[in-house]
Amino acid sequence: MSDTLDVVLRLLAVFVVFLVLPLAIGQTEHKVMAHMQGRLGPMYAGGFHGWAQLVADGVKFAQKEDVVPAGADRRIFQLAPAVALLPYLLVLVAIPVGPGNAVGQVVDAGIFFVLAVMGVGVLGSLMAGWASANKFSLLGGLRTAAQLMAYELPMLLTAASVAMAAGTVSLPGIVDAFHWWWIPWQIVGGVVFFIAGLAELQRPPFDMPVADSEIIFGAYTEYTGLRFALFLLSEYAGIVVLCGLTTVLFLGGWHGPFGADGLGWLWTLLKTALLAFVIIWLRVTYPRLREDQLQKLAWTVLIPLSLAQIALTGVVKVVIQ
Amino acid sequence: MSPFPGSGLAKGLAVTLRTMTKRTVTAQYPDVQPELPPRTRGVIGLFEENCTVCMLCARECPDWCIYIDSHKETVPPAAPGGRERSRNVLDRFAIDFSLCMYCGICIEVCPFDALFWSPEFEYAETDIHDLTHERDKLREWMWTVPEPPALDPAAEEPKEIAAARKTAEKLAAQEAAAAQEQEKKEGEA
Repeated sequence: MSDTLDVVLRLLAVFVVFLVLPLAIGQTEHKVMAHMQGRLGPMYAGGFHGWAQLVADGVKFAQKEDVVPAGADRRIFQLAPAVALLPYLLVLVAIPVGPGNAVGQVVDAGIFFVLAVMGVGVLGSLMAGWASANKFSLLGGLRTAAQLMAYELPMLLTAASVAMAAGTVSLPGIVDAFHWWWIPWQIVGGVVFFIAGLAELQRPPFDMPVADSEIIFGAYTEYTGLRFALFLLSEYAGIVVLCGLTTVLFLGGWHGPFGADGLGWLWTLLKTALLAFVIIWLRVTYPRLREDQLQKLAWTVLIPLSLAQIALTGVVKVVIQ
Repeated sequence: MSPFPGSGLAKGLAVTLRTMTKRTVTAQYPDVQPELPPRTRGVIGLFEENCTVCMLCARECPDWCIYIDSHKETVPPAAPGGRERSRNVLDRFAIDFSLCMYCGICIEVCPFDALFWSPEFEYAETDIHDLTHERDKLREWMWTVPEPPALDPAAEEPKEIAAARKTAEKLAAQEAAAAQEQEKKEGEA
């Protein structure tokens, strides 16, 4: 009985985090982006500095008509938002926030599970692009596919580098094996992982698949109402997952300079929040990469860098043994 | 070329971060009234007492948006045996702000300082006919006219003050000369 309760509580906690953190990041993006552009951002919704803007947006989306184009592949079209969103929920279950068993569910092959499931999320965009019966959607979907192809590889390679360093593929195991000098050792891998993850989420400056000035909104062009909102939510949930993963793999998760006992989860959250801020910061600062630049960056810069990181990891690992 | 590759990227990040720490430029207008500079051309106010119905404003107005009606009244002579005087009395003074192009020529030409710029600007209407504002409304706007801004510290004196000061100095000099003469006379006596 208590086992069942434990599972239910854990899943409930993960679900609450899954609903709250993306909204918090979205609101932060509203405000941070506005101030970086000399604006104030939302000020009315909710009374105090527009804190309820995203709630208001959600209400608006819920009121809209759910339109499915006549020529669309109905079932696939309607299923796509769920396919885009749910993988991030599953990944969140496996990300450890604190020492011990402060994790939704310990998965032995954590890295494999997390990266495989994250790759599924992109399938949602592909399905949406194909099923919409719209040329812009199809273009967006194909670009998404090309981007997934290009950036999944460096992501996997750098994650493999960390797994090599730790000697385990379990996420809590990796954080347990972490020492502070891993940061300079794995810095290149960390940056590559973060950039590749950013590209996989189709966040600016890698938002060529949804480039609104040329292909409207890519795979999401035909979506309205709640289904569109789910796609947006999946983008922000993706940010949470990516930042959490980068924290766990490269920044030492719950390890911090002080407050090791009991406050570990706070360190994880703090590092995740900092990375989320960096994602917003990059979005405000850089213009969108062209499709060919995007591919070039992955194949000629990120992949060689991640291979070099693996070589470095291997050499250091052999030397310290 | 930049000294090392990627410095431009860092510079871009610095720009956005610096902007974030600065004050925003957003004007929260309906909540916070804007701070308008002096001589703002919001609306035209009428100081009725100064108007002599000379019609200069109405005639100079490029788009004929000023309406003036008046009648003549005779005033009894000021002194017994004098001549009766006649003067114009203003019946209607209206400005059609749907025509007005805010050139300010009427204010410039008014020889008796009866028209003024007011910074008031919130007088939108839902019907274009309601934009013709009569004298009572123009009078109300008169009370929103700000004091003229102070002159620059190094500016020339205003003409009327200069003239008054010159007269006063002349008077003082005369008095002083008279007093001196009197002293001299008293000394001789």
